[in-house]
Amino acid sequence: MRSLAEVLLFFVILTDFGVLAMSRLSACIRAVAAQGLLLGILSLVVEGAWSVHGVGLALGTILIKAVFLPWFLRWAIREASVRREVEPLVGYMASFLLGAAALAVSFAVAARLPPIESGPLLVPVALATVIIGLVVLITRTKAVSQVVGYLMLENGIYIFGLTQIRRVPFLVDAGVLLDVFVGVFVMGIVVFHINREFDSISAAQLTELRE
Amino acid sequence: MIQLLLILLPAVAAVLAYYARRETTRTRLMWGAAGAHLLLVARLWTTPRAVTLAGWLAVDGLGLIVLTLISLLFIVVASYAVGYLRTRSARDGRVFGSGMLAFLAAASLVALSHHLALLWVGMEATTLSMAPLIYDRHDRRSLEAVWKYLVLSSVGIALALLAVFLLATAQPSAPGVRPLVLDDLIAGAPSLDRWWLRAAFVFALAGFGTKMGLAPMHTWKPDTYGEAPSLVGALMAGGVTSCAFVGLARFTQVLTAAGLAGFARPLLLGFGLFSLVVAAGFIVGQADVKRLLAYSSVEHMGLLVLGMGLGGLGTYGAVLHVLNNGLVKGWLFLVVGNLVLAAGSQAAADVRGMLRARPVSAMLVVAGLFAVSGSPPFGLFLSEFAIVSGAIREHHPVVAGAALLLLAVIFAGIARMILEMVLGGGRGSEASRRPGAPSPRAPGWSPDHWHSPPWC
Repeated sequence: MRSLAEVLLFFVILTDFGVLAMSRLSACIRAVAAQGLLLGILSLVVEGAWSVHGVGLALGTILIKAVFLPWFLRWAIREASVRREVEPLVGYMASFLLGAAALAVSFAVAARLPPIESGPLLVPVALATVIIGLVVLITRTKAVSQVVGYLMLENGIYIFGLTQIRRVPFLVDAGVLLDVFVGVFVMGIVVFHINREFDSISAAQLTELRE
Repeated sequence: MIQLLLILLPAVAAVLAYYARRETTRTRLMWGAAGAHLLLVARLWTTPRAVTLAGWLAVDGLGLIVLTLISLLFIVVASYAVGYLRTRSARDGRVFGSGMLAFLAAASLVALSHHLALLWVGMEATTLSMAPLIYDRHDRRSLEAVWKYLVLSSVGIALALLAVFLLATAQPSAPGVRPLVLDDLIAGAPSLDRWWLRAAFVFALAGFGTKMGLAPMHTWKPDTYGEAPSLVGALMAGGVTSCAFVGLARFTQVLTAAGLAGFARPLLLGFGLFSLVVAAGFIVGQADVKRLLAYSSVEHMGLLVLGMGLGGLGTYGAVLHVLNNGLVKGWLFLVVGNLVLAAGSQAAADVRGMLRARPVSAMLVVAGLFAVSGSPPFGLFLSEFAIVSGAIREHHPVVAGAALLLLAVIFAGIARMILEMVLGGGRGSEASRRPGAPSPRAPGWSPDHWHSPPWC
């Protein structure tokens, strides 16, 4: 079971770097959807046994993170007819290197942490995904890309949460998932309105409010 | 039972309000929920220590005070909203009314939950319920405000979730110990893992601090408060920030019980003082009334964490300050909203001479601004006094001195704007004497830019 979890975590890292390296928005969304799918399977593997809680959580995760939210984001960019990220604040190569640095730092930090029972890879991958999500959120100017970054940040925290999966009750998991769902949904609606008002979904144009 | 009702009643009303076709139905729902909520809270005062859902929901001092504040604030804002919604289209009214009621449910959940993950769920729900209310005007500026609010708040609240998971990791699993339940965390505090606990607190401070609007994570606040309708500002400055304070206070409680107060307090003091510095810097010379109130909110959030970081008398002052600040902020946003409506602009230069045009509102604003700057006989004076004397009693004379100095600067900044607004000449005369905005800063120099993350 543990080796399967490690393979899944390896693929999670691949999707992280996929988002960093790809300029096409739809490819980024596909990568984050794949990450959502991996997370759903991972929650089953980490739980280690078939329980109502584990299966419900996995199904909910896949449904929300791998099916509905990516579909919704694709709808938002189709309506806005944007295809690629124009001139991110940091170039693709540089953000790729930033991601690599984040990965190295995450492993170095995780090695110093008090050990937890869920295997050695879970914590560093969670940390790296959180940091890479923040990098995407800060360095990309398109509103949709920022939502993708936020989703990755959430995914990283979710991976960390898997270490505690047996202890957090189902009601709470469901609440967390529901909040993420509604949060991205509201963001998507705002993205749609930004597109309509500004004829572009670049958050860099949002500069009217300054001191 | 009462606790569950306090959460479920407004939640059900929110759903009904969204589907209600007639405006009178929505008004009744709003009044009904607000009144019932207040009655139930009053009932809680007489039956303290009630516990439901296996200890997930419980009433304690801090929770009860914040719950009372939210209930009072909501009934006032609801009565204001009834008139406001008459001017809106039916569709906007549905979204607005149900957003407000959803906020009431979520805020009650935050105040009552003793399960920290459940508290997080409530906190995130308050964040989301506010988004459609901020975007109520449907124009470019409010769109920009709501985007900044959503992105920064979401990142903040995500960090708070990480803090919750870190806290769960710190808690050893043992039979009979309920994970993440506050009472069990405090009872078993000595057995918590120190390392994870420290990490949890750092993330909780960053996460809930963003929601409170502590500097330097406050950059969403002036934009959001400036662009949102006044009654939404009242709910946010009085309600949402107080809920975030509850979240941070719960983590501080756990750390103090675990004997890590020495780790938590300097961090809280640092963020508190820095918030006061930033607030003072931006209040002096502020030209927009609502943005002034936003920076005043940054100031008061700074005072809250300062008080909590002092411990002892300071903590008492901080809890009192939550109540006072929430009520005064609600009052100020609503009356300033009246003046802005009358003047048709929220630039201080345009709201001049209001004492003649709107005497009642103008007097209320003057009184409110004296209250918000902490002058006697208002409640904020008492709580600020408690916090500052807490600093002296806990042997932090430098903190006390710095806080007093900054409060004096802030008082001067607020007083200047008020006096100009109320006593200043009419629009024409004053504007012609001093061309341009009354801001002493050159237009090209924008200090906000330094603090804003690049995506703003």
